[in-house]
Amino acid sequence: MSMPAPHHAALPRRHRAYLIEAQCEFLRMLREPAFCIPVLIFPAMFYLLFGVLLNHGNAAAAQYLLATYGVFGMMGAAMFGFGVTIATDRERGYLRLRRALPTPTGAPLLAKMAMAMLFAALISLLLAALAAAFGGVRLPAAQWAGLFAVNVGGVLPFAAIGLYAGSLLGANSAPVVLNALYLPMAFLSGLWLPLSMLPDWLAGLAPVWPAYHLSQLALKVVGHDAGAPLWQHLAVLALVAAAGFVLARRRLEAAE
Amino acid sequence: MDSIPATAPLARLHGASRAYGAIPALQDLDLSLQAGQVTALLGANGAGKSTAVGLLLGLLAADSGEVSVLGQPPGSLAARQATGAMLQSAGIPERLEVGELLALVRSGYPHPRSIADCMEMAGLQGLLRRRYGRLSGGQQRRVQFALAICGQPRLLCLDEPTTGLDIEARQALWEAVRGLVAEGCAVLLTTHYLEEAEALAHRVAVIDRGRLLAEGSVDEIRARVSAQRIRCVSSLPTALVAGWPGVREASRDGDRLHIVAEPAEPVLRRLLEADAGVHAMEIGRAGLADAFLALTRPATEAA
Repeated sequence: MSMPAPHHAALPRRHRAYLIEAQCEFLRMLREPAFCIPVLIFPAMFYLLFGVLLNHGNAAAAQYLLATYGVFGMMGAAMFGFGVTIATDRERGYLRLRRALPTPTGAPLLAKMAMAMLFAALISLLLAALAAAFGGVRLPAAQWAGLFAVNVGGVLPFAAIGLYAGSLLGANSAPVVLNALYLPMAFLSGLWLPLSMLPDWLAGLAPVWPAYHLSQLALKVVGHDAGAPLWQHLAVLALVAAAGFVLARRRLEAAE
Repeated sequence: MDSIPATAPLARLHGASRAYGAIPALQDLDLSLQAGQVTALLGANGAGKSTAVGLLLGLLAADSGEVSVLGQPPGSLAARQATGAMLQSAGIPERLEVGELLALVRSGYPHPRSIADCMEMAGLQGLLRRRYGRLSGGQQRRVQFALAICGQPRLLCLDEPTTGLDIEARQALWEAVRGLVAEGCAVLLTTHYLEEAEALAHRVAVIDRGRLLAEGSVDEIRARVSAQRIRCVSSLPTALVAGWPGVREASRDGDRLHIVAEPAEPVLRRLLEADAGVHAMEIGRAGLADAFLALTRPATEAA
């Protein structure tokens, strides 16, 4: 009866391999200032500027912007964490090398996902601390937890967008194209300023952006959303996530 | 896996073909890799070496023919767990430390080598905590070698392993490869340095435009050319010597004249007649480089 033994023996080793992969991915991003600084510092800086300093103590606005800047920050972590590293790793041959090695199936992707979620969690906690300390935001525990969950779970569709972009773009063009997508989408989805402050025709177009739908989920948590049903937003986000992963997979497999 | 008899190849390509679109990269290639042997795959750029490596590693699928590693399809987990690879471009994340990279790659193998052994075999002592991006080109190459051997692979694919290494590091790597081969590892080596193939390889396969031109031991391959090298100190102009019958090639290095001739004897006679002052004469048989050129030249000229 030698069959079950290697299976059991292999199990912890496999888990360990996934864990080491995630650890390496996180360290790699943490040590990359070109990623860390914009992804961690910009949302916090923008929130302090628009949500606290220019807001003059409007608690509702501070709540609203806490929700939308959380989404803004998380989007950056997911899109850049996936897009730029995939483009670089693909272009420089690291993905090819890893495919030749006994890398557990899906481990690099899962590791990136865990890394992006961890950064989303850090951003979420950082903004929550700023909102509570300087923005005068007071929320019940369930709402803090809700915002945290939206930010961490929201990684999926934006990781998919980043992954697809990374499967198409070169290492040098990836950050440029991602920024050209990220910053306008954040603005047009009402993440920087409430949509009511944009011209009507622009505000009316907001539902074409996935970021709008995620921000509506976050705003729903604090009771500032536009009132569309939850399932609509979830459906759009699920569709974006599925489309991004399927398209990226096809691209990456066709690479050779 | 232990049931495979010692004489069966550890990995083989059998009638393997692969095209990129309409362009054939490999045609009907047969190649067997034996345990405890280094097989050198030689060919000009674009001859199909990297395609052969890609097939063996499961990075590419063969359009036709068979490829197997330890009786398994290449790219299967069992095959990958028995294989180590050093590719031409590795693109390793620059912000990870050597020790982190080793831990990462080791984690996929069932019986990895200890980190200390990997570091020693690759000549990386003292660099465990150094970030990959802060290493010199040669040190990075050695890290790639360490990653290739860290899983105690039974098949090791080295694609141009010593490009960018100085002579000392190159010889240290050769020594490590010899050690692995003595343990029974099968090694596939592609290289631009023919002296590397000469120093390491038990068998040599020469490919050109995706086709196998010759396969055999280093001596067998060298014996396929009867050309000989003549070196001497002579003031004769190279253009004159190059025009003599039997002279394949004449070149000058300071006051030394180098001639590749086939056959050598008439050229020697003429050399002595033409230049009374000729001295310090040496005659040697062709090296692997000459054999390689002779084998691939007809195909190149036909184009």
